[in-house]
Amino acid sequence: MVEFQKWRKSESAQGLFLISPTLGFALLLLAVPLIMVVALSFWTQDYLTLDRTFTTANYQAAWTEPMYQYLMARSLKISIFVTASTVFLAYPVAYFISFYVAPKRKAMWIFLITIPFWTSYLMRIFLWKVILGYNGVINGSLTGLGIINEPLSFILYNQNAVVLTLAHAWIPFAILPIFVALERVDRSLIEAAEDLGDSALRRFFRVTLPLSMPGVIAATIIVFIPTIGDYVTPRLVGGPNGLMISNMIELQFKKANNAPLGSALAISAMGIVTFFALAFLWLNRKYVRGPS
Amino acid sequence: MTHPIIRLSGLDKFYGEFQALSQINLDIETGEFFSLLGPSGCGKTTLLRAIAGFETLSSGSLHIDGNSMEGVPANIRPTNMVFQSYAIFPHMSVAENIAYGLKARKLPKAEINASVAEAINMVGLEGFDDRASHALSGGQRQRVALARALVLKPRVLLLDEPLSALDKKLREQMQSELRRLQRAVGITFVLVTHDQEEALTMSDRIAVMFDGKIEQVASPQILYGKPSTRKVASFIGLMNFLDAKVLASSGKNVEVEVQSLGKLTLTLDQATGGLDGCNSVGVRPEMLTILMGSQTSEREVEAEVTEVSYYGDMTYYDVKLPSKQDPITVTMRNTAGREVLEVGAKARIGWSTSSLLLLK
Amino acid sequence: MMRKGRFFKWFIGFFLVFLYAPAVLLPVFAFNASSIVSFPLSGFTIEWFLVLFDTETLHVAARNSLLIAVITSVFSTLLAVLAARASTRFSFFGRRSIMGFVMLPMVLPEIIIGVSLLVVIIQMGFELSLWSIIMGHILICTPFCIAILSSAFMNLDKSLEEASFDLGQTRWNTFWLVIFPLVMPGIVASLLIAFTISLDEFIIAFFLAGTEPTLPVYIWGQLRFPAKLPSLMALGTVLLIISIGLLLIADYFRRRGIRKTGIENTGGFL
Repeated sequence: MVEFQKWRKSESAQGLFLISPTLGFALLLLAVPLIMVVALSFWTQDYLTLDRTFTTANYQAAWTEPMYQYLMARSLKISIFVTASTVFLAYPVAYFISFYVAPKRKAMWIFLITIPFWTSYLMRIFLWKVILGYNGVINGSLTGLGIINEPLSFILYNQNAVVLTLAHAWIPFAILPIFVALERVDRSLIEAAEDLGDSALRRFFRVTLPLSMPGVIAATIIVFIPTIGDYVTPRLVGGPNGLMISNMIELQFKKANNAPLGSALAISAMGIVTFFALAFLWLNRKYVRGPS
Repeated sequence: MTHPIIRLSGLDKFYGEFQALSQINLDIETGEFFSLLGPSGCGKTTLLRAIAGFETLSSGSLHIDGNSMEGVPANIRPTNMVFQSYAIFPHMSVAENIAYGLKARKLPKAEINASVAEAINMVGLEGFDDRASHALSGGQRQRVALARALVLKPRVLLLDEPLSALDKKLREQMQSELRRLQRAVGITFVLVTHDQEEALTMSDRIAVMFDGKIEQVASPQILYGKPSTRKVASFIGLMNFLDAKVLASSGKNVEVEVQSLGKLTLTLDQATGGLDGCNSVGVRPEMLTILMGSQTSEREVEAEVTEVSYYGDMTYYDVKLPSKQDPITVTMRNTAGREVLEVGAKARIGWSTSSLLLLK
Repeated sequence: MMRKGRFFKWFIGFFLVFLYAPAVLLPVFAFNASSIVSFPLSGFTIEWFLVLFDTETLHVAARNSLLIAVITSVFSTLLAVLAARASTRFSFFGRRSIMGFVMLPMVLPEIIIGVSLLVVIIQMGFELSLWSIIMGHILICTPFCIAILSSAFMNLDKSLEEASFDLGQTRWNTFWLVIFPLVMPGIVASLLIAFTISLDEFIIAFFLAGTEPTLPVYIWGQLRFPAKLPSLMALGTVLLIISIGLLLIADYFRRRGIRKTGIENTGGFL
């Protein structure tokens, strides 16, 4: 009892007490629902009733039926392309802001980069459809200028359009962590590398890049994980061959009325993403020496 | 009047396994300027914060003005603190900062205004009343912090490294100003510092701390002139040490064999920390002289100059004594006619037995 | 060095065109006189903005969205204040994993959150309502609010609290007299960010909306009808202006907070 009284006044107890509403909310609305989704994925939907006997049939379907396999592989492929192109595009931008922009202007540049992100999410994606469409901005201007005779058809209603639109949506989220990491790189280390005889290119690869790796890793994770769950982009600009796994998950939950299969697909997608993210982190830890 | 304003007895403080303070016994007298001096991490700030009420004691007792402070929170203790970062409330003006504690006491407005004006005068910030606190210089922030604490007329003012953020010149100016202020208000000041010079110039008494323990409590003169241990002696000022062995003691006299200096007879009060375990002799660099031409001294020893550092008014020599590996330091004032020796020169070092201390 | 600088100029130029293409086209089509959203442009009109005033279903959706956004911003800021204060001021058992868990919705695909909340609501036998959307929105907004408020609380010198306590104030008064005024700009920024995110959120609202649509759900429904597109462009323009306005206000308060606590402004937005 005395021990408890003492603990109650301790820093640990005060901190836990203070955070308990937030933690409780997250447990109730994140942990419990996720556990229920996992439970549901092992049950069966029988029209309006739910059969609560344990079965792995949903997972068998999710992992063996060709349609789901295709969708899953395609979603993964699109996510990887989106992540790679976003990070490759974001790095030079972050590098430019960190190394070429005057310190006073940096905050303004970061603001400049985040503004387009606050255009309505749906409208932004829809506008890409307008830009890329058959009579869209790109085809319109190219034919108008006489560069092409026939409108380009490879830019809308396919996976290219999905990758481009998603990369656009995620670019600020990739720039910010890389920028922060680059800002933390001690400039005298780069000067030291120059002083010791490294060329500009070698300086970059031996000093700047390794030291900014934490930002690159954060950007990769921040972009990769949510991308696989994107629903709107494939629906609006993907066309029939650009649909992704979340469109199927939504279909199962709503029109097909098969929530257990939808749950199994969602859990599988999360499992795959987590696996790839962890593998990426592991490879990084093993082969890239960042700052300790 | 004669009882101590602060009495610490058997005070311990643990952070998990780590013991930050161990068996602190200390009396601080009413009205004195007291300093806690020690290297960083020695526990001096922890001790100050324990007096203020920001750290709970693991064991032992703390009395302020004869009252036990057990279970008394910081906001009702008769102490106030000047923080290392000054902790000036950034969203308040100078006057609002100084009035903060008075408002907490719910005093009438007129009384608060009068006290604030008086405090502003006392620290020399007239005309700064409405200045926003982020528009103040380091020295001005320090004055606001002082006024804010002193306006409450605490029994004890606690100062946590208050001068460490200031540059050298301003620091020296503030040292004498703090001393003047303390005499004027007559409040007990307890200052934490790692700067021995600061402690020596300002304090009535100093407690030297190492590793959570108090090593010696004494006036600046005694601390410098008669340090009780080798640790204290080497922390405060420069001190040369020579290996020594006590051969015999009879009455007030002690026979010792000292490295390079030979067999000597010292008096018992030169063993400032007691005779037990004494194994070295210490001597301050300024107690040694490099003899010129026909100059003589009570005692002399031959040496060779190995390093010369010229400071303008002073020259610091490293000299090597016979049969001692490491050189010792001799400081000489560059008075008229005294030439600066060069490295490699032979020198006669003059010294006297009375300037030696027998230490453990 | 010169060549490299030129490369960067071109690259950044192309990048900004890519980045701003949709945001710039939105008002262009909103003021375009043609009822078909495509080039070439045919003239200036404000007709599509006027249509917005007469669309009753839009007003209902907008009211729903505003209600959801206001409640969401208040509750997620409240939860975030507690979490940010706890994690910056106290060290407690399992702090890192608790914070990691609370921040998880930031990286979780929104569809997962939408689906899992849908499952719970249906399994528990609750009705879908605006409250189910609010719950989902609080869940995803809280991490963003924590990120903003953590830096506000972190910039707060601990000795300010101690000084207030030392000068005789109680803990409760210290919170209201010292801590609250100093983190106030962070709280305003957090409210505005949560409001903006909630106002624009689609997926969770799409899964959890019963019979009452939010603004994005309404927009989604209208995207199928080509005739409605120009007025949607007008609506998007209005929303963009509101969002940017709110963000500028949020950033103003964030900067003021940084100035107040006397710390050099180095960070960017968010």
